[in-house]
Amino acid sequence: MAGLVTSFGSGAMTNSIQEIDGAKTLFVIGANTTSAHPVIGQRMRRAARNGANLLVANAKEIELAWVADHFIQPKPGSDVVLLMGMCRYILEADLHDKQFLAERCEDIGEFRESLEAFTPEFVTETTGVPWDRICTVARIYATEKPAALFYAMGITQHSHGTDGVMAVANLALLTGNIGKPSSGVNPLRGQNNVQGACDMGALPNYYPGYQQVTNPAVREKFEQAWGIGAKSGNGSRPPVSNLSDKLGLTHTEIFDKIYEGQIKSLYLVGENPLLTEANANHVRQALEKLDFCVVQDLFISETAQYADVILPAASFAEKAGTFTNTERRVQRVRPAIPPRGESRADWQITSQIARKMGEPGFDFDDPSEIMAEIASVTPSYGGISYERIEKVGLQWPCLDENHPGTPYLHKDKFARPNGKAQLVPLTYKKSAEIADDEYPLILTTDRSLYHYHSATMTRRVEGLEKLDSNEWLKLSPADAARFGIEDGEWVEVHSRRGVVKVHAQVTDICPPGVCSMTFHFRESPTNEITNPALDPIAKIPETKVTAVRVEKIG
Amino acid sequence: MSQEAKSIRLTIDGQEITAEEGSSVLDAALANDIYIPHLCHHPDLKPVGACRLCGVEIDGRPMTTSCTTAVQEGMDVKTDSEKIHHARKTAMELLISDHHMDCLACAAANDCALLTDSAYLGIEPDHLVRLRPSSKGLPIDTSNPFFQFDPNKCVICGICVRTCDEIVGRGTLEFIDRGFGTTIGTFGNKSFMESTCESCGECVVRCPVGALAPKRPKFAAREVKTTCVYCGVGCGIYLGVAGDKIVDVRGDRERPTNEGSLCVKGRYGFNFVNHSDRLTKPLIKKNGEFVESEWDEALELVASKFADTKGDEFAALASAKCTNEENYLIQKFTRAVMQTNNVDHCARL
Repeated sequence: MAGLVTSFGSGAMTNSIQEIDGAKTLFVIGANTTSAHPVIGQRMRRAARNGANLLVANAKEIELAWVADHFIQPKPGSDVVLLMGMCRYILEADLHDKQFLAERCEDIGEFRESLEAFTPEFVTETTGVPWDRICTVARIYATEKPAALFYAMGITQHSHGTDGVMAVANLALLTGNIGKPSSGVNPLRGQNNVQGACDMGALPNYYPGYQQVTNPAVREKFEQAWGIGAKSGNGSRPPVSNLSDKLGLTHTEIFDKIYEGQIKSLYLVGENPLLTEANANHVRQALEKLDFCVVQDLFISETAQYADVILPAASFAEKAGTFTNTERRVQRVRPAIPPRGESRADWQITSQIARKMGEPGFDFDDPSEIMAEIASVTPSYGGISYERIEKVGLQWPCLDENHPGTPYLHKDKFARPNGKAQLVPLTYKKSAEIADDEYPLILTTDRSLYHYHSATMTRRVEGLEKLDSNEWLKLSPADAARFGIEDGEWVEVHSRRGVVKVHAQVTDICPPGVCSMTFHFRESPTNEITNPALDPIAKIPETKVTAVRVEKIG
Repeated sequence: MSQEAKSIRLTIDGQEITAEEGSSVLDAALANDIYIPHLCHHPDLKPVGACRLCGVEIDGRPMTTSCTTAVQEGMDVKTDSEKIHHARKTAMELLISDHHMDCLACAAANDCALLTDSAYLGIEPDHLVRLRPSSKGLPIDTSNPFFQFDPNKCVICGICVRTCDEIVGRGTLEFIDRGFGTTIGTFGNKSFMESTCESCGECVVRCPVGALAPKRPKFAAREVKTTCVYCGVGCGIYLGVAGDKIVDVRGDRERPTNEGSLCVKGRYGFNFVNHSDRLTKPLIKKNGEFVESEWDEALELVASKFADTKGDEFAALASAKCTNEENYLIQKFTRAVMQTNNVDHCARL
């Protein structure tokens, strides 16, 4: 997200799902859409079937590659080089959108200079993709317009993930494929409400609506809105009456500080970092050090074992609220059945903790009242109310009660101070780990169609468990032969951080040198070995590139 | 698409109606509440004119398939005549003659095109005796955990084949063999489980008879419009509820995100809600063991411990699975009550 903020001024999927139908070209890079976003994957396949150019770039031969017009297979960690190579070709072949660059973007002189390092020889050598194939993909993307670009964690989960995002934005800007229907830069958000959680300020640097915590005017606005400074009823409020002006810690940093003893209590709602966080061993050691840990969840997850208190939460089918999907659409969630046992909705539990602490501002009887408060402090949600989203939802920005919502962003200007977008000069940065004699393979992670994240929900559905019941290390026939591994056999996968046991699956979806696992299965906890090296800006771990060694067992 | 479609006037059974240019005679009739029997037609799919039940008389031309004929200005359509009835009845009887009938126990009993069309055509008991309908005795494919395929009930309308191709873009299903032996199968005639099938169930919801049917069909007493909890696509769904259990899910066609489509998780993946592992009471760890407690005790404990660690000694991890309202409250709690910006969630994972 930080990358898109640099380029465009705001970070979210720019266009809408339905607009896929109208695109002349779809470019899917670093996303395994048919597994991770299946219904969008269906729509992409349908568009390709109806004549759209489907371009796919992925380190693995994902299923979308089977129906693609052009499929290229860059080495893990080489996306920036691939994208900058495409930009270089587009400029050299004079396929860039000159009018768009002149009217909507800042001067590209510096960006153009940065392309000099990305010679065809260097790009081909680094990505492993022949130059003429890169040119073909670039030419179609630049000329068969509108072209919509889609990416996911394959671009972002790198120690240079922010660069990857800016590289994607550069390509779209250079070709004028943004600010129009059926075009755009479209990060596919993973979880049902990851967009909403970001919008709502469940981030260490932003209040709701991406208002910076370090901005004094913003702080004052929230102090007023939340009535801070006013004495609460029983006078128990501590002397500090201002909101913190200090940036908070990110997910990965929080576990570092717990480990170092600086964070003593943790409130963990609906997460299972023992399976989802890179270098999960470190998370375990950190959790053991906490003075007090509260976990709020549907089930006793792997992480909940380390809690001091577990609070039973109601499921999505038992409560009201809203989710914001990947295309910024705020949609209703409605209770279908009563909460199981004594479980309660998360909004009720958080409010009750605050009230027990004698704090004002948490007296809500219904989530619609919370949405009214959200709308009052979040400009992009200003016009959202339950009445307006009864049927189909609204896409933010939706500034006031008469605003129709926004199907695509950046129509007339970008959200940067001067209204213009920026093509960011980039350099090649190697992944934190590269293959060597000791760890000769690169492990990359992906997701299964049949499971969801740490699978606490899906593995409790008998049929899904039957369709996909255990982890597979997918590796190429060449590597299988090189290390004497047979299809189906148990192997150990070693990295610098640990070892997991897993069944091997010999398949040519992985090119030689690359192997792949999901992270859904507690029996083979992939993230105990992945690389927690962080992108310096977005603080995202490099789970897409981990150097590993595969060994036979026994 | 942006141009307004032209309006066409035509007459069906003496009734003057209007229809959009490009629509079929069958669609125009159905949209005006004039029933024409049909099996292989589905509004989401391109027409093929395979079942021969929708034949009508147009401007005196007998037996024109109404699903494949576009409306034209001044067209005069007759949906029934002796000749048409005879042809339809013959087509229907041939379908019934090798259709396995266990209607009371069939998953499609409340929504079977074969039953509707037979009722319309007036298939009589002595006809059935003469036809001696019997099962083809073909094995039922029960390999998929969520649905099954009974070729003995299949009417070879091809809706499943076209759905997998046109809607899902997967192309798992195909017609196999020829003539009377024609059936539906996968590449290499593998079972559904071994095929490239993604178990999205789009074919199952469109099957007009009970050939492709959910394994444990349950009739929902009521439906609730909501949003899927799995991925970021945010598909609109209707949860079908019986008692206090979710028994069925269907896609919400009104929602632009998915226009009715669902994936395997969204259609079949909600049993976790009713799972016996669900936490039903607060638990407090005492001497290393989790002990059930009352809410009040748990909340008191949490409130007092949190009150002791205000400031940067505290951190909260919100959840991309929770609602906007809940994420808002968690960050508000962290910032306003706990006086720190240490709040994040798994956006990066």
